[in-house]
Amino acid sequence: MKIPISWLKDFIDLDGLSVEDIARKLTLAGMEVDEILYVGLPMPVYKEGEKHEFKTNGIAWDKEKIVVAEIREVKAHPNADKLTLLDLYDGEKDQVVLTGAPNIFHLKGTGRLEKPIKVAYAKEGSVLYDGHAEGQVLMTLKRAKIRGVDSYSMVCSEKELGITEESDGIILLDDDAPVGTPLADYIGDAVLDISILPNMARNANVIGIARELAALTGRELKVESPKLQVQPATSNLQSVTDLVEIELKNPEINPRFTAGLIRDVEIKPSPYEVQRRLKLAGIRAISNIVDATNYAMLELGQPLHAFDYDVLKERAGKKKVKLTVRSAKDGEKVTTLDNKERTLTSSNLLVCDEKGSLALGGVMGGLESEVTDNTKNILLEGAAWNFINIRKTAKQHNLPSEASFRFSRGVHPAMADQGVKLGLHYMSQWANGKIAPGIVDVYPLKPKDSVVQVTAQDVKKLLGIDLTLQQISDLLTKLDFKCKITNNQLQVTAPNHRMDIGEGAIGLADVLEEVARSYGYDNIPTTTMADALPPQTGNPVHEWEEHLRDLLVALGLQEVLSYRMTSIEKESRVVQHNTYVQFANPIAPEKSVLRRSLIASVLDNLEKNIRLSDSFALFEIGSIFEPVKNNLPNEPRKLAIAMTGLRKENAWDVKDSTTYDFYDLKGRLELLLSGLRLTNISYAGSDSILHLHPGKCAEIKIGAVVIGVFGELHPLVKEKYELGDSPVLVAEFDLEAVRGVNPTYGITPVSEFPPVYEDIAVIVDESVLAETVEALIKQTGGRSVSQVKLFDVYRDEKIGAGKKSLAYNLTYQSDKTMTDADAAAIRNKIVKRLEHAVGAKLRS
Amino acid sequence: MLDKLNEIEKSALESLKSVTDAAALEAWRVANLGRSSALMGVFSEFGKLSKEEKPVIGAAANRVKVKLEAEFESQVQAVKNAALAKSLEEEKLDVTLPGRTKFIGRLHPSTQQLRRVLAILAEMGFQVYTSREVETDEYNFQLLNFPPDHPARDMQDTFFIKTDSETDNPMLMRTHTSPGQIHAMRQFTKTNPQDPPPIRIALPGMCFRYEQITARSEVQFNQVEGLAVGKNITFADLKGTIADFVRRMFGEGARLRFRASYFPFTEPSAEVDVECFVCGGKGCQVCKNSGWLEILGCGMVHPVVLQNGGYDPKIYSGFAWGMGPERQLMLRNKINDIRYFWGNDVRFLEQF
Repeated sequence: MKIPISWLKDFIDLDGLSVEDIARKLTLAGMEVDEILYVGLPMPVYKEGEKHEFKTNGIAWDKEKIVVAEIREVKAHPNADKLTLLDLYDGEKDQVVLTGAPNIFHLKGTGRLEKPIKVAYAKEGSVLYDGHAEGQVLMTLKRAKIRGVDSYSMVCSEKELGITEESDGIILLDDDAPVGTPLADYIGDAVLDISILPNMARNANVIGIARELAALTGRELKVESPKLQVQPATSNLQSVTDLVEIELKNPEINPRFTAGLIRDVEIKPSPYEVQRRLKLAGIRAISNIVDATNYAMLELGQPLHAFDYDVLKERAGKKKVKLTVRSAKDGEKVTTLDNKERTLTSSNLLVCDEKGSLALGGVMGGLESEVTDNTKNILLEGAAWNFINIRKTAKQHNLPSEASFRFSRGVHPAMADQGVKLGLHYMSQWANGKIAPGIVDVYPLKPKDSVVQVTAQDVKKLLGIDLTLQQISDLLTKLDFKCKITNNQLQVTAPNHRMDIGEGAIGLADVLEEVARSYGYDNIPTTTMADALPPQTGNPVHEWEEHLRDLLVALGLQEVLSYRMTSIEKESRVVQHNTYVQFANPIAPEKSVLRRSLIASVLDNLEKNIRLSDSFALFEIGSIFEPVKNNLPNEPRKLAIAMTGLRKENAWDVKDSTTYDFYDLKGRLELLLSGLRLTNISYAGSDSILHLHPGKCAEIKIGAVVIGVFGELHPLVKEKYELGDSPVLVAEFDLEAVRGVNPTYGITPVSEFPPVYEDIAVIVDESVLAETVEALIKQTGGRSVSQVKLFDVYRDEKIGAGKKSLAYNLTYQSDKTMTDADAAAIRNKIVKRLEHAVGAKLRS
Repeated sequence: MLDKLNEIEKSALESLKSVTDAAALEAWRVANLGRSSALMGVFSEFGKLSKEEKPVIGAAANRVKVKLEAEFESQVQAVKNAALAKSLEEEKLDVTLPGRTKFIGRLHPSTQQLRRVLAILAEMGFQVYTSREVETDEYNFQLLNFPPDHPARDMQDTFFIKTDSETDNPMLMRTHTSPGQIHAMRQFTKTNPQDPPPIRIALPGMCFRYEQITARSEVQFNQVEGLAVGKNITFADLKGTIADFVRRMFGEGARLRFRASYFPFTEPSAEVDVECFVCGGKGCQVCKNSGWLEILGCGMVHPVVLQNGGYDPKIYSGFAWGMGPERQLMLRNKINDIRYFWGNDVRFLEQF
């Protein structure tokens, strides 16, 4: 909410406080000032290195150069039809000023004005916004000759002074503007843009903010200011209670409805000062009557609605007007002020007369009874509504308005008649209306006062500060709470402008928050928790996953983190599922379901990046979402890996164009699993993994449990992506399954005796698996063979068709120094065993 | 004979001066110290000398031999040094040519930042507690003191899950990690319902908001919350704990301020600003010239939330705070577009 400082000053003396002081106090107390917009007042100048506190914007008006002046005559320009020359007095001298302003053009050549026009006058050298430029561009006013006439100064539009974007016409100040006074002293202002928190609806108005400032500064809130003194109604008029009656059908959502009447209003523009404040607050100035409802709302917080009383009277057949507030019928229609026909549901409330609907209660008025330029008599409504109902209605009809903003956050019913009185007061002031006696006030459901008991111990326990009941009472009284000390307790009654104080334990927390705010968060000490430290258990699952991430990174894989949201089309390129967790309100078609495959996420990322590098090794750890009928989905954790492209990074002198294949991925997975200390792992080819190449994929098993699958992406799947020419290797693990396997701890001791190394090559049938040969070597060698490493696989006609040679590097180790003869003995045993078991022949 | 020796010495030393490579050195050695050299000739003719001459000539010949050998050795060294100097001179690399790199792995920046945050919290006694990403309205809102249709829900636009029938407890994507507060409290109360144990946990995880994806807003983001519940926990403790955390996270000198704020599940609530660590509070683009950066929201756990978790608010109190690792990274690294995080462009990821 935007609040001009000048308006606050109607209710609190702010002398001695800078604009930034005020903004700081409000910000720390929960009314965060997002920006300060200077509109005339001097702006703070930061020296090099000095600290800023707020985002600031705007313009300061030079007191020497920009002053209030009066136009005494509007003359024709000798060489230009559309321009005029103004005889103007700036408090010191007569000046001749050239202008093209359309809003005084009609006075051209009418001679000396009977009543001079007060304007904002800028002299040579003034810094202003350029009235002709797009947006806000600063310029310095320079002397020039325009169509043969010397021009050295100007009368200003709102745009030039930074009040609004309006540049069509000059500002016409109120008649009592003091000529010669610096404009900054007269209407210089600064606007605080304040975020109103959902529990601070009471402060979405000038008096609310002034009240908080009064509490924060210890100054007095001047609500008894003459502006709030409702003038006595003109007594010779008929009382509104004789002319209007009201019935409320749903008091639980519409607990109060008040209305007052004002007669013989003269519709015209509001005084300039009113317009200026409204505009700075972000509201368009329309006419004195509409402005009065808005002005009273911004000042007090109670939204008001003005009906054309004569229209209502006409509809009532010139008899007593009877207003009824009731639930709409499903499908009932009303045309709102914005000329839109709206179809209602039974949760919407309608203000009706006997002929039909008039307004959508608390949200927007209807078109028919709207105030027009011809309106003479006005019935002003101030009502109270349930905030949740208004919030629903405003959302349902997409009708955010200043009124629904306030009503949907809660306006206390006690404000209703005050709002009406204030609105009527401004109408009488600005439109010369006569207020009819009385107020129709139907108030079937008065909210109970919130009363909360507070002890010093409560304050100590929650806030950690020692305060006496008297101190607590003082802090709360500043915010208009009523406090009574009895029996070591403070009985606190919430003021009747706020609805955010509950009862019982909730009310206590609400009140303690106000104690803390009033005391100042900054003044509360900073302590270390004295409470017992809970037993430390750690989080083994989380720690394990982090360890897994570290292993993957050490293996050269880059982590990615993807959107949980995807589309069935995108995922079904790699896996097909019948059911998905779907959104009721998807943000976009490509984000309409929750992912079921982590491989799909990683492949999407690979595809997005494929042109950016010639080698990729990506992984992701995260949840996938498996739908469960009428229940929350399962969220199993998965690991997915994808690799493609060059095996090694090329340099300017080293080229290696080999690309990743099955065994690159397998090698990494072996290292990964050994890093997790998992043993007894077996790899089995499979043709049931549909997204993988049937000849180049495997299941990874520990015992009978499949913990993951990996291999080369199936050519038909790869075709559906743009993934380049190299094979794409993928792996997926079910982390719960991996975590479920007990790790094997312990090490193989490092022998102090030197090992003996030897290479042997055996020729076997193509069908014999490498795994079998290695197992036989290990079995036969027993403890004497500490390492078996396959270093070559060779096929050649010389060794026979359908045969292959497997060459192993063996490490012999013993708990004594091993001789070549010892090694030869073991080797012979191994060779014999291989011959016998798989028909192997030693290759010489 | 002595003259001859002098002559041999003089000419040999003279010729050694011009010898500059290994082959020539060997040739010189053969010519001047080898078996058929003139010097050796003197030694072989030794027998022919008179008794008187023998010691004189012998001594002189030996002196010449030692001298020539010494000079030869020093010339060998000189030639070696010259050759080394030459090769060192010639083997100069262009040190500005790029080094040969290798493919390495990295953690996603969000993971890195989550780890930093959780590591500090762990040292402060806050243990990791994780919970599900798809939640019910009850856990995400109602139990956290957001009644249905409450205006506070406007602060958290929500993705709802499609179901077959209407329900007043719809499934949704969690909008914050706070449902974990209820899960954790209920889990802890189970262990001892009469006198539940104190709690100190960190709740990390992905959260979701129904927002258009722009440079400033995303549909998903990580959050980390800290939660402490016990019998003697005050707002002053909250301030102290946050101050400790901020000092560890943003540096010894990081000034901070507590602003009153509103969250349905805490009361009193506050937002914490830290002095802009990019400009030191002088005002810059990152802090929008305000000198402060909003880094976390916090407050005392609302009595309704304690109650819903099974902790009697008359006996227990607690505090919670929440923050965003991606936001911290954006501020620290001047990242101006939040979409980088789930875009996973390798050119972004490789910078962390």
